[in-house]
Amino acid sequence: MEKIMEKNDTHAFGFWVYLMTDIIIFGVLFAVYMVLRANTFGGPTSNDLFSLPTALVNTLVLLTSSFTCGLMTLAARKGKVNQTIAWLIATFALGATFLALELGEFSRFIAIGASWQRSAFLSSFFTLVGTHGLHIAVGLLWIIVAIVQLKLRGLTPGVTSKLTRFALFWHFLDIVWIFIFTTVYLMGML
Amino acid sequence: MEHFFLGDLTWSDLPHQWFTIGGTGAIIVGGIIVAAVITYFKRWTWLWKEWLTSTDPKKIGIMYIVMASLMLFRGGLDAIMIWIQQAISAGNAPGYLGAAHGYLDASHFQQIFTAHGDIMVFFVTMGFFFGIMNLIVPLQIGARDLAFPFLNSLGFWLYVAGAVFINMFFVVGGEFAASGWLSLPPLSEIQFSPGTGVDYWVWSLQISGLGSLLGGINFIVTILKMRVKGMKLMMMPLFTWTSLCSMVLVVASFPVLTITTLLLWFDRFFGMHFFTSGFGGNPMLYVNLIWMWGHPEVYILVIPAFGIFSEIVATFSGKKIFGYVSMVCSAIAITLLSFLVWLHHFFTMGAGADVDAFFGIMTGIIAIPTAAQIFNWIATMFRGRIRFTTPMMYFMGFVSLFTFGGMAGVLLSIPGADFELHNSLFLVAHFHTMIVSAALFGIFAGITYWFPKVFGFTLNEKIGRRAFWLWIVGFFMSFVPLYILGFLGATRRLDHYAASTGWQPFFIIAATGVCIIAAAVITQAWQVIVSIRDRRQNTDTTGDPWDGHTLEWATASPVPFYNFAKTPVVDGRDAFWEMKKRGERPGILPPDGYDDITLSKNTGMAIYLSGFVFLAAFGLVWHIIWLALLGIFGAIACVIIRSFDEDTEYVLPAAEVERLEKLAWKK
Repeated sequence: MEKIMEKNDTHAFGFWVYLMTDIIIFGVLFAVYMVLRANTFGGPTSNDLFSLPTALVNTLVLLTSSFTCGLMTLAARKGKVNQTIAWLIATFALGATFLALELGEFSRFIAIGASWQRSAFLSSFFTLVGTHGLHIAVGLLWIIVAIVQLKLRGLTPGVTSKLTRFALFWHFLDIVWIFIFTTVYLMGML
Repeated sequence: MEHFFLGDLTWSDLPHQWFTIGGTGAIIVGGIIVAAVITYFKRWTWLWKEWLTSTDPKKIGIMYIVMASLMLFRGGLDAIMIWIQQAISAGNAPGYLGAAHGYLDASHFQQIFTAHGDIMVFFVTMGFFFGIMNLIVPLQIGARDLAFPFLNSLGFWLYVAGAVFINMFFVVGGEFAASGWLSLPPLSEIQFSPGTGVDYWVWSLQISGLGSLLGGINFIVTILKMRVKGMKLMMMPLFTWTSLCSMVLVVASFPVLTITTLLLWFDRFFGMHFFTSGFGGNPMLYVNLIWMWGHPEVYILVIPAFGIFSEIVATFSGKKIFGYVSMVCSAIAITLLSFLVWLHHFFTMGAGADVDAFFGIMTGIIAIPTAAQIFNWIATMFRGRIRFTTPMMYFMGFVSLFTFGGMAGVLLSIPGADFELHNSLFLVAHFHTMIVSAALFGIFAGITYWFPKVFGFTLNEKIGRRAFWLWIVGFFMSFVPLYILGFLGATRRLDHYAASTGWQPFFIIAATGVCIIAAAVITQAWQVIVSIRDRRQNTDTTGDPWDGHTLEWATASPVPFYNFAKTPVVDGRDAFWEMKKRGERPGILPPDGYDDITLSKNTGMAIYLSGFVFLAAFGLVWHIIWLALLGIFGAIACVIIRSFDEDTEYVLPAAEVERLEKLAWKK
């Protein structure tokens, strides 16, 4: 048992190191966005495109999903399998809503000719926000796998360890989104 | 319809130039010979079960070194081709093989120097270091394995996939990137490099870079979490310390490479405008980003070699290393400073005098911790009982060359001087001196030093020393002319120059030098062959042929797959030396007997996963969308299947450990 705990601890630490590498990837994308965001090349600017209400709804949905993810961790700690699955499903639903809203925003932009090919500003916008969205999609896939494993195996040490890492990942994406909301949407609307 | 199945592939992408036919032929003939030998000796099952699917870091380490050696021949061939071209292409002499000058046309010449740089950095030097770390770091910290054995196997197979991918252009496409080893835009954008060369470049770096990143995470966790009882950080052997520093650099800088080259590919594939010259793109952004990875990368290649040399100089001087604490501090200082100097690669960008001055000063400052290392090594040798073995020869060669090249580096760090020498052969000579002397000599020294530990017999000393002398003479002959040429005004990457420049004699001397280096490499191969032939005379029965200091020598040679029968307990630096002083000896049944050992099982999943990644990359290079999707979904499926597998370990019973230990020490 002690060995398993030690192992899960090592896995969590390894995952933290991985998250640091992901922070660097996002860090570069943020830096690129800040350098290029004024380079609209005569195309639409952030003021023309962004709508604060949409971004705010997105933010609230994702923050709520972080909350349900936290409740999932608590349920897992108490050893309640069904409750854990229920909170995972709630997290999934909110994550999927977020992704749908984001894709809706993307398609609206593309429909009015503001695609990633239009200007350096839009290239960097789509890449930064899209990379975050891709991470969310990976998280959704992870939830599905986690639910299947919970159904099959219950809260074994291996599954619990995976849920811990998933929670780390999901909260990390939330923090990244806060930065996107601030630097892309709020600053873009100033 | 045809485009759906084949993407941009056409018949004309199959080999038809002499070099692609040659390359493809070499790959096919080599493959057939290897396959025939394996089939003849009926070794397929053995190869698959014992090696390819292994998660044992020692086997993965050996496979890394084999692959890196192959790539060293490949990258070395490029170097020879470059030098020969430069030696014969002065003035209006008629060309051969259809080239206007020399025997390579301009575009082909550019592809060769691009491939040479990338192969040597990513697939030779990094491959060798990951190999040596896999072999030695777990042993030095008294661990049985790395923290994540599966990720280790995956990292290796991604490295292999990347190495194969960088050679794929021989078979399909016929052109590699012709844009220099970092493929700077706007030259590397689709507008100016419309072929698939740059795409091959991007994806081979993506694949192998992912492997390096996984390796970096793995080693950091291993070193920080899996040390034996009692080994505090400041008791770790210096090679482990420098490996840790190097892996921290990998983890902090490789994401930058991954995302930067990916953005370049987005420009090319999706028509984005990050680094294009129109639509608001900013090419200088790429240059900044790529060197924010690129400069730490230099230290990723050099710092582990510092650790190797620290082990070697202490062992062969019969003393403890002088100034252990300052060695650690200076390694950490170099690690941190390496993130603050990237702009010295392009002082001429025009960032202004203040910015240039800052980066010039930071660059100069790096010389201080580096010099501290050198003085400590010399102080370690002072009044030591020095044994001039081959590793020690490489060390001496390293110190002289590294100091020589380092002073050229300090010269280049002054922005004013750099404006003159930027892009010249002086620069080329400088960084080759640094990388060859530190990284390559470090690798050679390390392999010679640890060879008996891994294989159970020492390498032939006489031939080893001959190879060393050929290396150092060849090196000076090929690079001193380049320093001079740089001062004479020769820029780098020239496939042709006017006869009136008077440069040709220098280029001819350099080309003669590279022949000596080639002889050195052949001598090294000969050394390995002779040593295998004479292995019975050179068997290492003690497990400690050099009177070593650190824990790896406390095991039998070759190291059993479980590393330590009984994990040692450590209470100071140079753990094994202290044990020997106390009269403790390995290989004796401990009073409380052996324990069961848990080890990780073999798995082929890393191979399948890397295979899918390879297919995805190939699909993306050639715009074959179904293949790319197949690769991506296949890779995801592999990850999910692996996540369901909780039965990844097995137990080696104590009785079996006892039997194996008796066998290992009986010799």
